[in-house]
Amino acid sequence: MALLEVEGLRTVFPSQEGEVSAVEGASFSLSEGEVLGLVGESGSGKSVTAFSLMRLVQAPGRIAAGSVRFEGRDLLSLDEREMRKLRGRRMSMIFQEPLSSLNPVWTVGQQVMEPMLLHGGVTRREARERALAMLARVGIADAARRFNDYPHQLSGGLRQRVMIALALVCEPKLLIADEPTSALDVTIQAQILELLRDLQRELGMAILMITHDLGVVAEIADRVNVMYAGRIVESAPVETLFRAPAHPYSAGLLQSVPDMGEERERLPTIRGIVPRPGEMPPGCAFAPRCPYADAACTVAPPPVHTLTDDHAAACVRPLGAHG
Amino acid sequence: MAETLVDIAGLEKHFAVAGGGWFSRRKLAVRAVDGVDLAIRRGETLGLVGESGCGKSTLGRLILRLVRPSAGAIRFGGVDIATLEGAALRAVRRRAQMIFQDPYGSLNPRMRVADLVTEPLRIAGRPPAAGYRAHAESLLQSVGLDAQHAERYAHEFSGGQRQRIGIARALALEPELVVADEPVSALDVSIRAQVINLMQDLQARHRLTYLFISHDLGVVHHIADRVAVMYLGRIVELAPKRALYATPRHPYTQSLLAAIPAATPALRGRRVALGGDPPSPLAPPPGCRFHTRCPHAIERCRREDPPLQAAGEGHSVACLRADEIGPIAIPLIQPGGRAGR
Repeated sequence: MALLEVEGLRTVFPSQEGEVSAVEGASFSLSEGEVLGLVGESGSGKSVTAFSLMRLVQAPGRIAAGSVRFEGRDLLSLDEREMRKLRGRRMSMIFQEPLSSLNPVWTVGQQVMEPMLLHGGVTRREARERALAMLARVGIADAARRFNDYPHQLSGGLRQRVMIALALVCEPKLLIADEPTSALDVTIQAQILELLRDLQRELGMAILMITHDLGVVAEIADRVNVMYAGRIVESAPVETLFRAPAHPYSAGLLQSVPDMGEERERLPTIRGIVPRPGEMPPGCAFAPRCPYADAACTVAPPPVHTLTDDHAAACVRPLGAHG
Repeated sequence: MAETLVDIAGLEKHFAVAGGGWFSRRKLAVRAVDGVDLAIRRGETLGLVGESGCGKSTLGRLILRLVRPSAGAIRFGGVDIATLEGAALRAVRRRAQMIFQDPYGSLNPRMRVADLVTEPLRIAGRPPAAGYRAHAESLLQSVGLDAQHAERYAHEFSGGQRQRIGIARALALEPELVVADEPVSALDVSIRAQVINLMQDLQARHRLTYLFISHDLGVVHHIADRVAVMYLGRIVELAPKRALYATPRHPYTQSLLAAIPAATPALRGRRVALGGDPPSPLAPPPGCRFHTRCPHAIERCRREDPPLQAAGEGHSVACLRADEIGPIAIPLIQPGGRAGR
């Protein structure tokens, strides 16, 4: 059984033109211990998907349709009290900017102890010991001294380590990581990715890694979902996606990243810009930018085309499928 | 060899900050740029890379004289502009312009695009022959926007379009040098490539010289002719692009390149993570500034400050042990290449 099963998720926000969907019919699953990358550009709906899974969509936004099953329970039917018992204990989330996610007036140690104390079952002394061990585990040198520091006293890399310690101290089965390394320098990013990979193996947790950076996906993901304009347009094992992307958007994205392995005069580009929410074309949302689009693409949103067992693309004419 | 457009020698910029607690009178200095020698050649793209806080943006601002150096010389077209003031400084500034990272924060939201892109001409008192409106339209077209966009306001545009407006504005005075400070870092991947291509087209058309400041080694690899690597206020390595990426000599450059996420899953995990954080520029370590994180540091590195020295054709490196360590090739080249149609 899958750890997480998302079916037809639709999350909407009101706007002047009526409700617009930030996520439209997203379906995917995540097995225990699996690392799933969720890739997309700004406005693709990847972060809203994450917040929907945690049931943390800010009003007036709301989940309008779909189901989210986690460890066999339907999260969308739980009341807030039950949901709170899951967050931080069975499922956790880390964010791009740790400084705005950590409480500035609490010490690092208090914050790492908090989830254990909230969820109960431990004494303060035990919580303190486990928090210390966790801080050391995430690579904070001199954890006992850092325990009493406040977030502003730490560098960006250390803050992200504290966030990870706080998210993982209860050993959740699922970690949702929303651009966890995007605000960090490249050497620190490498450290954090390595840490996440190690902890994932050690704790056997699943990770939903949300990122715009294909390099991060290449480093850490087992499987990848590519999102465009609120929809999942391609789902594939990571090697397959990089070797043989089936959706023209995924292919364009991969090509437009400067590649240090080869020198090119010009970068291939994806023409045009992402349509604004509320101005979605009637057919495939990518059709206006797609080099292969024709009349069939402008009629209705394309059905999901299954290429192999584990590779699917929402495209009328996926690349490589018909030669 | 191409003519030198900008020649920097012994450049320093220290920012005073209050130190030692809220009520202390003790003053500390952030040594943002701390002894930089660097030449920019006419017509080239010089990439300037480094992590946050290394001083790369301050160096860019010093070259435009948006800030005044604490010491050192900046020769622009042969004239030392380090201490220029008033009209003489403004005259030089017209020859050098800047493109900023944030296309949201750098455009006045209350001005129409036509006025935004021609404002530099108004300030310089150089009305265009064809009139402001016609000139604005031709500037917009040169960066791939429509003439009809001239009537709109910046908020009506996407990030990529705003960056095009910023570029049009920077080019209004037909500068010789453009300092581009992380010009594509805020843009989505698919838009980033469009803006990079535009910058290259404009460089060819107008014979521009670029100082391209970025933390993104992939983008710099694509656009730069030469690359300078900065660490804690100093240039630690300078080389033609191919040499820098293929045979990096400074341990910091080697670690930076090794830290880039793999281009494909096949190369996953093949890297040496650099430990620790960069030290504070308030108190750079003695000796080589990189010794606290360097895997090759020896006792001597803690004492001696290595100068930037020649290490091959157009290649220089500031490392006492560069010869012993030697160039380390990093497996960046992916097997098979990338798929497409």
